[in-house]
Amino acid sequence: MGITDILVTGEPIIYAAMVSIALVSIAIPVLLTYFKKWGWLWREWLTTVDHKKIGVMYILSALLMLFRGGMDALMMRVQLAFPDLGFLDSQHYNEIFTTHGTVMIIFMAMPFLIGLMNIIVPLQIGARDFAFPWLNAMSFWSFFIGAMLFNISFVIGGSPDAGWTSYTPLSGAALSPGPGQNFYLMGLQLSGIGTLATGINLMVTILKMRAPGMKLFHMPIFTWSTLVTCFIIVFAFPILTVALALLTIDRIFGAHFFTLTAEGLPMMWANLFWMWGHPEVYIVILPAFGIFSEIIATFAKKRLFGYHAMVWSMIIIALLSFLVWVHHFFTMGAGAFVNSVFSISTMLIAVPTGVKIFNWLATLYKSKIEFTVPMLWSLAFIPSFILGGVTGVMLGMAAADYQFHNSYFLVAHFHYVLIAGTVFACFAGLVFWYPKMFGHKMNERLGKWAFWIFFFGFHVCFFPQYFLGLDGMPRRLFITNVVEWLPLNVISTVGAFGMGLGFIVFVYNVYYSFRHAEREKTGDSWNGNGRTLEWATTTPVPFYNFATVPYVDEIDPYVRMKEEGKTTYDESQLKPIHMPSYKATPIIMMAFLGLASFGLVFEWMPVAIFGLIGGVAVMILRSFDYDDGYYVSVEEIKRIERKARGL
Amino acid sequence: MAKTDKKVPMNHVIGFALSLIMTLLAAWAAIQSDLPVTWVIVFIMVLALLQAGVQLFMFMHMTEKESGGGAVPWNMMFHGFALAAILVAGSLFTMSFGFDHGDHGDHGGEHEEHMEMDDSEGDHSGH
Amino acid sequence: MAAEELKTGPLEYRTQEGRMTILGFWIFLAAEVVLFATLFATYAVLYGRTADAPTPMELFEPGIVLVMTFLLLTSSFTCGLAIHQMRRGNVKGLMTWMIVTLALGFGFLGFEIYEFVHYVHEGASLTSSAYWSGFFVLAGTHGLHVTLGTGWAILLLIQIARRGLTNVTSRKFFIISLYWHFLDVIWIFIFTCVYLIGMVI
Repeated sequence: MGITDILVTGEPIIYAAMVSIALVSIAIPVLLTYFKKWGWLWREWLTTVDHKKIGVMYILSALLMLFRGGMDALMMRVQLAFPDLGFLDSQHYNEIFTTHGTVMIIFMAMPFLIGLMNIIVPLQIGARDFAFPWLNAMSFWSFFIGAMLFNISFVIGGSPDAGWTSYTPLSGAALSPGPGQNFYLMGLQLSGIGTLATGINLMVTILKMRAPGMKLFHMPIFTWSTLVTCFIIVFAFPILTVALALLTIDRIFGAHFFTLTAEGLPMMWANLFWMWGHPEVYIVILPAFGIFSEIIATFAKKRLFGYHAMVWSMIIIALLSFLVWVHHFFTMGAGAFVNSVFSISTMLIAVPTGVKIFNWLATLYKSKIEFTVPMLWSLAFIPSFILGGVTGVMLGMAAADYQFHNSYFLVAHFHYVLIAGTVFACFAGLVFWYPKMFGHKMNERLGKWAFWIFFFGFHVCFFPQYFLGLDGMPRRLFITNVVEWLPLNVISTVGAFGMGLGFIVFVYNVYYSFRHAEREKTGDSWNGNGRTLEWATTTPVPFYNFATVPYVDEIDPYVRMKEEGKTTYDESQLKPIHMPSYKATPIIMMAFLGLASFGLVFEWMPVAIFGLIGGVAVMILRSFDYDDGYYVSVEEIKRIERKARGL
Repeated sequence: MAKTDKKVPMNHVIGFALSLIMTLLAAWAAIQSDLPVTWVIVFIMVLALLQAGVQLFMFMHMTEKESGGGAVPWNMMFHGFALAAILVAGSLFTMSFGFDHGDHGDHGGEHEEHMEMDDSEGDHSGH
Repeated sequence: MAAEELKTGPLEYRTQEGRMTILGFWIFLAAEVVLFATLFATYAVLYGRTADAPTPMELFEPGIVLVMTFLLLTSSFTCGLAIHQMRRGNVKGLMTWMIVTLALGFGFLGFEIYEFVHYVHEGASLTSSAYWSGFFVLAGTHGLHVTLGTGWAILLLIQIARRGLTNVTSRKFFIISLYWHFLDVIWIFIFTCVYLIGMVI
């Protein structure tokens, strides 16, 4: 196989991408060498097991992926704006909608939320790190290397082009030969392992490492949403692992699970994919609900209305999420009875979701709302998400779905829930907890600009798509030469660029705030409105989080602490703190497994076997490593705390 | 939990004997007996679930007080097996929609109907 | 990461780390239940789709499958005995029973490899039909788990020979025992749903 067979050639956009990738890959090592930062990068970041640093890396990678997925989206919208535009050819268009969907769901939404969970959950429950810090680092590197593997498909080997759902038989070896689909399978497989490990890790952390006195029903609502999400992850991700493995075995080793020959059953892929895929939807929306709940309670300056109802509705959503998967393929033709069963279970989910909406409204009712940037995102979420939710119920009616399915009505629906739900929550949560991560807030004025531009851009982009769908425009269409669609398509494209502009303002705000924002002096950054334990830590948060572990026996414990003039710090109670050591094994192990996956993508078995052996060798090394960390001395804790608290 | 001074742990021996007996019973029911197919399947599925129980409770120390009385393991195993039933029964329910498999014609359809009916019954008796 | 250590109870539960790791492993096992359930679901849906390959009824033999089942059941029992010896503080007993467990595990694997080779000779392989793809991947995934378990157990035997019984080594052995028993649970369902049902219908 020559170099021209491997590199993707013949497209100006791809050449531009190659040049920029080459420039970035040269620039990063050059800059690191010039500023002598290699050692710093390795010691402080690449080998870290600190949940706060891992969280920051998750969020940075997710923002990068948001940029990549966003560029895909803008290219699609340019192509669709006018009939016969010819900006992209059909093959390239197929690749772009495939990578857009996959990147946004798997490599943007989930890592962003997992990043926020990484940083915030231990702080909210009074823990010093995750239950398994080494495993946490491994999870991050498996996600990151999986994401990189998926992304290089753009220039090496060719992107997958069978849609983010990768339906068989289209994605099988017969109809999609070559490495494209393999990139999808291996990239998702690799990052899926990390997600499952994070699910287990966070679950044990929340169950076992809460501050003394904190019962499950004293936990902050974001921690609750994380626990429920982890429950879904643990039960849903193995299904994806198996589905991807089966398709890989089909493609590389010639099995017949999803083929048209030898009595394979292509629709079984859809069945397996959505048995994971529907719970996945709740994996990305429940943490968002948790973030909004925290922010709304904070800036309404009230305890969250209906805390118990909120928790139970999340648990019910989690259980129901495993019982609705067939509504993604009602039109398969499973028959009226099957469709009716899943239609009803689908509509049932609207009930607990409705409970949550009313609880947010009741929290806001008669409160003195402070319109900060995170609060604006949260307030915008409620009506926007309802628009997505009710159209979801429309799609959930099997008979009506025969009309709506595969049209832009569906596209508009899931963008309304995923953007107004998950993306708004990512922005809101990032701005809200930003001072905890970086020691300064993001600029409010720029933040409001970013919000309003993105918010209007979003509605202008996606609201017309409901009507495009009702006018019969199918999804994944690459030429839009129907006159009636033209105005709505133009409007939609304008909105998409609005969202792009909003994102640019947001990113500029990161830079601007880094240069100009006032540094935080207290830990309780939002005018003293913090309610939960993370605001009781000093800013920046010391690496051990809590010098003395607080005792908690109520919801919103920090409110009472502030009333009584207490802090979590008690110098007389100081004891040496046990902390895990930083390790290089996670990144090395995942690099080997990344290499193995790369080998499998091109079906170069020696490379795959070498990578696999390397990965296993590192695992064995890890098994023989009995280093269980170190102690931070009382004197050092005292010195750090006195400096941070200005004592 | 386990009486650590005992040389031979009786609950392990009983569990082992039970699993041997149940395996032989299941094999007999499937290979030697003249029971109707449906009843064979129900019977051996129940035996399988009981054997899984033997492993979990008698061998795996699931309910030890040191693991919090087994609250979390119990919860996770219960939901795992419930979901397993949903996955298997749900897939059969959804995917048996009258495709025949190639040249087998009616014959194949019969297979699927059997599987669907039998499996859902097995699950009911399990939970 | 609290380092406080209890003075009583089984060694593996004495540290917070030990308790958390065991709990985490239980959660992992729940994920494994779902993993195998997905394979079972695939197998069940693809049941009967043998195309031109032989049917399971023609190939399955009760004798060899019963032998494999007894080997694995006995290994699960001896693994339980190993943990029992561990809790009595008897390192030698632990190692002896663990080696017996391993030997039985290798016996199981030997029979499974023989069985697979035999089926391939008879014209039923991974690539011959949807049904056989389902069969080989389901049974093969279990076999792969057993193989990994044997490798893991050997590593732990080396560690305990070097370090003796500590909080950490006993926790590791306790966890591999959970894993080994769990593989037996899965095998019971493969035995029942694949082999026995395959011989009935």
